[in-house]
Amino acid sequence: MALANKILLKISSALVSIFGSLILVFFIIYLLPGDPVLSMLDPSTATAETVANLRKELGLDQPIYIQFADYFLNVLHGDFGQSIINSEPVLPKVLEHFPATLALTLTSAIFSIVIGLLFGVLSAIYRNKWIDFIARLIGLFGISMPTFWSGILLILIFSVFLNWFPAMGSDGWKTLVLPSLSLGFVGAGLIIRMVKTSMLEVVNEQFIVTLRAKGLSERVIMYQHALRNALIPAITIIGINIGELMAGTVVIETVFSRQGVGRIVADAIMAKDLPVIQGVVFFSAIVYVIVNLLVDLSYSLIDPRVRRSDQR
Amino acid sequence: MKEIVNVETTLRVPKWTLKKRKTNFSISNLFLYTSTVIVLFIIACAIFPKWIAPFSPTYMNAEDILSKPSANHWFGTDYFGRDVFSLVIYGSQDSLIIGVTSVLIGGIIGGSIGALAGYIGGFVDVILMRVIDILMTIPGILLALAIAAALGPSLFNIVLAVAASAIPGYARVMRGQMMSIKKRKFVAASCSIGTPSWRIFLWHILPNSWSPLLVLGTIGLGTSILIGSGLSFLGLGTIKEIPDWGALLSQGRGYLTVAWWISTFPGLAITLFVLSINIIGDKLRDSFDPKTR
Repeated sequence: MALANKILLKISSALVSIFGSLILVFFIIYLLPGDPVLSMLDPSTATAETVANLRKELGLDQPIYIQFADYFLNVLHGDFGQSIINSEPVLPKVLEHFPATLALTLTSAIFSIVIGLLFGVLSAIYRNKWIDFIARLIGLFGISMPTFWSGILLILIFSVFLNWFPAMGSDGWKTLVLPSLSLGFVGAGLIIRMVKTSMLEVVNEQFIVTLRAKGLSERVIMYQHALRNALIPAITIIGINIGELMAGTVVIETVFSRQGVGRIVADAIMAKDLPVIQGVVFFSAIVYVIVNLLVDLSYSLIDPRVRRSDQR
Repeated sequence: MKEIVNVETTLRVPKWTLKKRKTNFSISNLFLYTSTVIVLFIIACAIFPKWIAPFSPTYMNAEDILSKPSANHWFGTDYFGRDVFSLVIYGSQDSLIIGVTSVLIGGIIGGSIGALAGYIGGFVDVILMRVIDILMTIPGILLALAIAAALGPSLFNIVLAVAASAIPGYARVMRGQMMSIKKRKFVAASCSIGTPSWRIFLWHILPNSWSPLLVLGTIGLGTSILIGSGLSFLGLGTIKEIPDWGALLSQGRGYLTVAWWISTFPGLAITLFVLSINIIGDKLRDSFDPKTR
């Protein structure tokens, strides 16, 4: 019962977060310098009539609380706004492109988790050996390389010189390899560093000393006891990371000319299509909140301590 | 102080984790020195580009278009016949400005919010942290991107956008610091002799709480430079004669098959710079936090 309450509480706090991001996204349009309508239109071609029309279309002639209420009601009805260029509604377009982005996000997440856990654990166990050194390098490069550069390097090496994988497009698994590598590398870097730090912290705890005193083999201590305890902060970073990965698709989809949600944003930036940017950012915020909610809930599966404190 | 900490760790840490500590020491210090040199060199490039760059960044040599890296043009030339090495040197200015100012702005605003929330507590804390929570619902890059897209392309707007995306991190760390230091005995002691609370805040709590912010700021500098160059890669930066690293890389993208050097070298510059900052940041963090040592 208490567990159900806890879950309900987490879900409601996730809903509050989504509402918060709605407020934030709504106010982005007021960041536009001067008159938002004027700055969205090309001043050389805009007439007084088009300005008035756009103002009405965006509802900017209404008082601000009515605008927000309208925006909120529209969102509840699945209307995330529409493009000012071709009046296309945002949500269907985003949903249409979402599978491609989701596939990219998931493959890069898997790549970063596998590499991250592997090297994170190895570098904590073989501390200051050569494998720790390599893991540290991967970690540092992962968080220091801009994705648009690692993407371009991968294109140069594997498409231009070796011709193994296509440099662009979004059909087939082959087009997924290079973008996932380049995006997953960032996550891998973060996870390696996180896993290593938390492993080293766990290793210093009393229960490890007890296990060692009991005469358990180092392998069992490390992989069965230390790793499970070190996973908790790692999972947090993975949760946050999936949001960042989704955000990173904006850049990566541009680099690899892939069709996807990120590409919609990149195109909207070029066209100064602010409602589209608002819509996509809000959509990503929802996904981000949901992923973090799932991560939050999964703690109790992994960590009995959390489970027990839930039931108290 | 140092000895005390070490005694403590040797008591708790089993010997095998300590065994090979010294062998790696020289390598990690070598990295640290190299990073410091790289960062100093890039700062020098940003301040005195004229003295370091062999060519003017706007000089176009029509007879020397898209030529490979050579002794004359270290990083080759682009499709206008401009020297890529000189462009990279001049491009450091914007990246450095974006990184440093956005960290300063984000750190000051975020730090102040966190300090107020943590020190005053109660209602103020609830309200301020709700605002921070809302800011955190959108991933940093996307938030920066939306703000930069709304504000329009300019260097200052990129700085603002990147700073806004960094605020929550600083606010949270500062709040945590405030809350823990507030409860320390020396604060209670100072309070008991009648020191006004603003004075306790300025003289006793603030000087004791900023060191994690410094570490976060150093690592944040790298993140800011990455996000900033990402924004200008996407075309949100200023369109001007001398492109910054992100824009230069984006311009070279169309010439990947014929001239790999235009995109490769600005990216290398970003990576080396951020890498060096991260190495220095790690070292700073380690020296402030004995647990990771």
